[in-house]
Amino acid sequence: MKKIKKIKIKINGQIKSINKDSNLSIVLKNLKIPLNKVAIELNEEIIDKKKINKLKLNKNDKIEIVHFIGGG
Amino acid sequence: MVNLKKDNLIIANKKFNSRLIVGTGKYKSMSECAKAIKLSGAEIVTVAVRRVNISDKNKPLLMDFIDPKKITYLPNTAGCFNSKEALRTLRLAREIGGWKLVKLEVLGDKKNLFPDMIETLKSTEVLAKEGFKVMVYCNDDPLMAKRLENSGADAIMPLAAPIGSGLGIQNKINIQIIRKQTKLPLIIDAGLGQASDATIAMELGCDGVLVNTAIAKAKKPFEMALAFKNAVIAGRQSYKSGRIDKILMGNQSSPSEGII
Repeated sequence: MKKIKKIKIKINGQIKSINKDSNLSIVLKNLKIPLNKVAIELNEEIIDKKKINKLKLNKNDKIEIVHFIGGG
Repeated sequence: MVNLKKDNLIIANKKFNSRLIVGTGKYKSMSECAKAIKLSGAEIVTVAVRRVNISDKNKPLLMDFIDPKKITYLPNTAGCFNSKEALRTLRLAREIGGWKLVKLEVLGDKKNLFPDMIETLKSTEVLAKEGFKVMVYCNDDPLMAKRLENSGADAIMPLAAPIGSGLGIQNKINIQIIRKQTKLPLIIDAGLGQASDATIAMELGCDGVLVNTAIAKAKKPFEMALAFKNAVIAGRQSYKSGRIDKILMGNQSSPSEGII
């Protein structure tokens, strides 16, 4: 069987290894991210959450996932 | 008679019954925070935008404790030290769930936490153009408050004293001057220490107060939340009632006629 190639990306500052040609939707699903409670940036650009199925990730992509926490 | 029921706080065309806005930081737990908010009667709460903890997927979420459908979330830019960071944070906040009403806070010094008003002014202009409704944390400077108003701010929020200091209102005259010159909602944000500080703010003619540390870090946060609720109502009622003039000498309350 052909071995699936991996690429490295950064999510919230942590380096993660994912399958090459993964889309953003799968990565977020694996992390159990509640999509209705977060906002997502890919390489410092805000991503439309409706389009994450079509978004293929590339090597060294930087993803930021943020939500609301307590603050003054 | 003052009808407090009709005396709403209106921010960016939205009506609120409560004039007390509370922060959600510094509580021991999210459930303590939720209970304190309930007791305070606040309808607006400030929240911060931070990274999701991707290592601990079961960490409780603020939204599970405070329902954003019932309580208005006011995303802030706490921790931002320039316009670029603040704009990035609020654009992300809007993306989470369509929040347009935001609190802009651009700090200039890590120790005194005073706002950087140059960066704040720049950010206000951009945000207003992008359709945000911006409530602006600022210095208690009447000139700067005017410039913020001209740049499209939806509420002016001067500090009483440094954030978290509990010192109370240091510059009553400035607050009164700002009150006189603006019809925008004027909200004291930061530096209050006890309930009576909120009453004083309201008696100066402010439209509301924003409190976090004074409630969250009180020895009894629930009781303090209630105290602030009552203090804001008392101050507003007092302001609307029209206080007596101050005089130097005594003025008897009982008539001198008919003294035996």
